[in-house]
Amino acid sequence: MAITREHDLHKRRSGRNIGLAVVLLAFIALVFGLTIAKVSGGNALQAFDHSYRPVLDPDNVRFQQR
Amino acid sequence: MSDIRTNIDFVQTGDAEFRDYVALLKPRVMSLVVFTALVGLLVAPGSLHPIEGLAAIIFIALGAGASGALNMWWDADIDAVMKRTAKRPIPAGKVTPQEAMSLGVALSGLSVIMLWLATNALAAFLLAFTIFFYAVIYSMWLKRATPQNIVIGGAAGAFPPMIGWVAVTGSISLEACLMFMLIFMWTPPHFWALALFMKGDYHKAKVPMLTVTHGRKATRTHILVYTAALLPFALAAGFTSMGGPVYLALALVLNLIFLHGAWAIWWRDEAVAEADNYRVEKRVFRFSLYYLFVHFVAILAEGALAHLPVYAEFATKFKILEVF
Repeated sequence: MAITREHDLHKRRSGRNIGLAVVLLAFIALVFGLTIAKVSGGNALQAFDHSYRPVLDPDNVRFQQR
Repeated sequence: MSDIRTNIDFVQTGDAEFRDYVALLKPRVMSLVVFTALVGLLVAPGSLHPIEGLAAIIFIALGAGASGALNMWWDADIDAVMKRTAKRPIPAGKVTPQEAMSLGVALSGLSVIMLWLATNALAAFLLAFTIFFYAVIYSMWLKRATPQNIVIGGAAGAFPPMIGWVAVTGSISLEACLMFMLIFMWTPPHFWALALFMKGDYHKAKVPMLTVTHGRKATRTHILVYTAALLPFALAAGFTSMGGPVYLALALVLNLIFLHGAWAIWWRDEAVAEADNYRVEKRVFRFSLYYLFVHFVAILAEGALAHLPVYAEFATKFKILEVF
């Protein structure tokens, strides 16, 4: 039988590729979520935005109060 | 490792589909692993971030799946001759043994490293040991070497709730050990009841099941002895921090029913069993599935009820083993 675009082989391989893509995307999402959970330690994340923010300074009283 | 294993070339029937690779991970076994590990994780003192908990469950399940793939790779020759397993991906010619082995090894490494990153080193070590135990100690060595294969191999299935517990606490405690013992002692009577009415399969595959090596009467006696030995472990769990009156009441009823079933199996002779197509053996096998499920649901229920102050105060009187 000639290998055509409609051949059953393509359907099986397509199913495998989609399945693998879904698994990889889920893995990426899980690792991302895990990273956020580990880094934040249960608190909200605050990024450094190139200006002094007392709440991010460990020596500042506002950091200790948060 | 064994001279019984023979090399069989499996005829490839075509490209594998995604579901064939999923089947290699033994999804039904994985669902039991997920459930028991989840119970261990939820009832352990302390807490994990929900995403860490989710990751822990996923990677414990993936580790179990990896050991399932390694088991299917090694046991493909046995699976091919047993009716119950002949349609598995390797004997069916969907997946090559090399593919199954590669998938098993890759997922083993991934699951152990990721569990370590998500939780702690001890949980990851226990998962690695579980995979090693199931794939090497059980599949490659004991399964074809001794009729006690089920007894020792049962340890692999008993580790998940302990890993779930350790993922939260970072240490092994009496509660984790009792959850382990509950599954460990439950496995032999569960599988021997199955072996009594699936008699042709194991014999054909030359797997030294107790029914084949020591006879069916000895198997019936073993079922009774192990079911009796299971009882103290199941009840002892009720006196720890994860137990309580609800668990104890359920455990008592379930163990008495299981013991009654094991007694009925022991009391019967082969002619009677064959005449009614192993009715009692099949009934006890089915009950044993509910037995384990309800025990773990009861442990979970105790954890939920502990949030009610009135119940928690009452339940404290039962937790006499909590001091350990």
